Amino acid sequence: MQTSSRLVKWLISAPPLAFLLIFFAAPSLIMIFTSFRLPGEFGGLAPVHILPGNASEDSGLTIETYRFFFSDFIYFEIFLKSFTVAALTTVICIAMAYPLALLIARSGKKFRNLMIMLVVLPFASNFLIRIYAWMIILGPESALSHMINNVLAVFGMAPVTLLFSPFAVLIGMIYVHLPFMILPLYTNLEKHDPILLDAAQDLGANRWQRFRYVTWPQSLPGIFSGSALVFIPVLGMFAIPDILGGTGDIMIGNLIKDQFLGTRDWPFGSTLSIMLTLAVLCIAGLFSWLAKPVTRIT
Amino acid sequence: MSNFRAKQSSSHRLTALWIVSILVYAFLYIPLIIVVVFSFNDSKLNAEWVGFTFHWYEALLHNHEMLLAARNSLIIAVSASVLATVLGTMAGLAIHRYKLKVLPVLAFTPVAMPEILLGVSLLLFFLQVLNLTLGMLSIIIAHTTFCIGFVAIIVRARLHGMDESIFEAARDLGATPWQTFWQITLPLIRPAIIAGALMSFTLSIDDFVITFFTKGAGEPILPIQIYTMIKVAVTPEVNAVSTLLMLLTLTLIIIATRFDNSMLGKS
Repeated sequence: MQTSSRLVKWLISAPPLAFLLIFFAAPSLIMIFTSFRLPGEFGGLAPVHILPGNASEDSGLTIETYRFFFSDFIYFEIFLKSFTVAALTTVICIAMAYPLALLIARSGKKFRNLMIMLVVLPFASNFLIRIYAWMIILGPESALSHMINNVLAVFGMAPVTLLFSPFAVLIGMIYVHLPFMILPLYTNLEKHDPILLDAAQDLGANRWQRFRYVTWPQSLPGIFSGSALVFIPVLGMFAIPDILGGTGDIMIGNLIKDQFLGTRDWPFGSTLSIMLTLAVLCIAGLFSWLAKPVTRIT
Repeated sequence: MSNFRAKQSSSHRLTALWIVSILVYAFLYIPLIIVVVFSFNDSKLNAEWVGFTFHWYEALLHNHEMLLAARNSLIIAVSASVLATVLGTMAGLAIHRYKLKVLPVLAFTPVAMPEILLGVSLLLFFLQVLNLTLGMLSIIIAHTTFCIGFVAIIVRARLHGMDESIFEAARDLGATPWQTFWQITLPLIRPAIIAGALMSFTLSIDDFVITFFTKGAGEPILPIQIYTMIKVAVTPEVNAVSTLLMLLTLTLIIIATRFDNSMLGKS
């Protein structure tokens, strides 16, 4: 009995474990290793010589790419810009998601599922299509562009282009990630006990006070887990700046993409990826720490 | 309870909530509606409505590259979702039943991290270590890697809500672990497995970022084809492909949630 249940354990956990060790853990380690190497003359990598003979001096392993990363201010700037875009997207998503999540949480049960379904459906459509839709809306010939520029013309201002701008990137980011904020917020708000609001009202709290001191603090864990789900993918996004942004709107993701598919500098691309991973880990740690202790916040 | 709530909160505030919510729904839906509407528009420009046509859909039927890309993407999505469903179900069961340390981390991290990191590390791994020519196989492996986590999450959520005593009862009645699995566990988690499979299929056929890094120079793949059309020359054919693809994923998602709606509340 004991051996057969151990056999079952082994049978069901070994195949996924083996697959993920080979195709997730190993590639991640390879990436770390690559970041300590030098690029080859024609892309790819310079050879390493880890032979007993010439150990220390010319092993081919260096921290050169890391030094390069910290030596040029432009990389710091791009990281900073990516963080700014991620933070802005997160804040705007909270502002847009909160009223909707609140309304859904306070609707009748039947209606609730329908409303959630309506949030999930558009996000089931292809990611590129959702970005492409904004290319149409923000394009120079679109109704929106004409309208905005006509208004600007009335005030004697120069026309603006909406597409291929930081504004377009931000809209794309919000559009793609909004459901990730709505769902965890709703899951949180739906669990609130309405008795607390009634108690607050009996104690003379007005509508604003009931929100500020009852609903809002209770919803913070939902906000933080939603924020992690928005902030992290935005930080590493390359497709949205690539499609909706102009040449100056590149983010970390675009920088990484260029190292692998453009200039073919794999070591530097790996270094950038590791920097991004570290940033993601910090953010994830921060948000999960913030989301945890519910009673801490008063 | 909801009646009570409706009385409590003043209608005034509810109206404000409703207005904001409707605007948010409009924000979510208007872009997609525009794509669908323009796919029937008799004009080369995505600017204003000219007249109704099926022209762009007909053009698609004669676009061999696009048809080939659709076929390739289907092959990839079917292969990846079968692999991910088998491995993900195992992972979900194992994580639920045993105190494992490594497997949960390996299964759930690819779901949570930016896609580009997985794409780039797999690119390095395929080229540097395996010396593999990038193509359909590398894409199938890459898609499987991130779909395993999604299947495991759905299966585990299903197991989580189940009464453990049913397994004990089976054991007490002398069922071997093997019998318990085939006759009790598997039928119980079947809806989650089907939902996981449909979810994987949708994720695979839609995935752009990871496909972008693990594709070879050879076969055309649907999302890459769409990307090229968007970047190079936008024609209303993109609208037609988009509409068809939306229809497909919409159907799959609706079927998936019929089987198991744990993926709605969970994220």
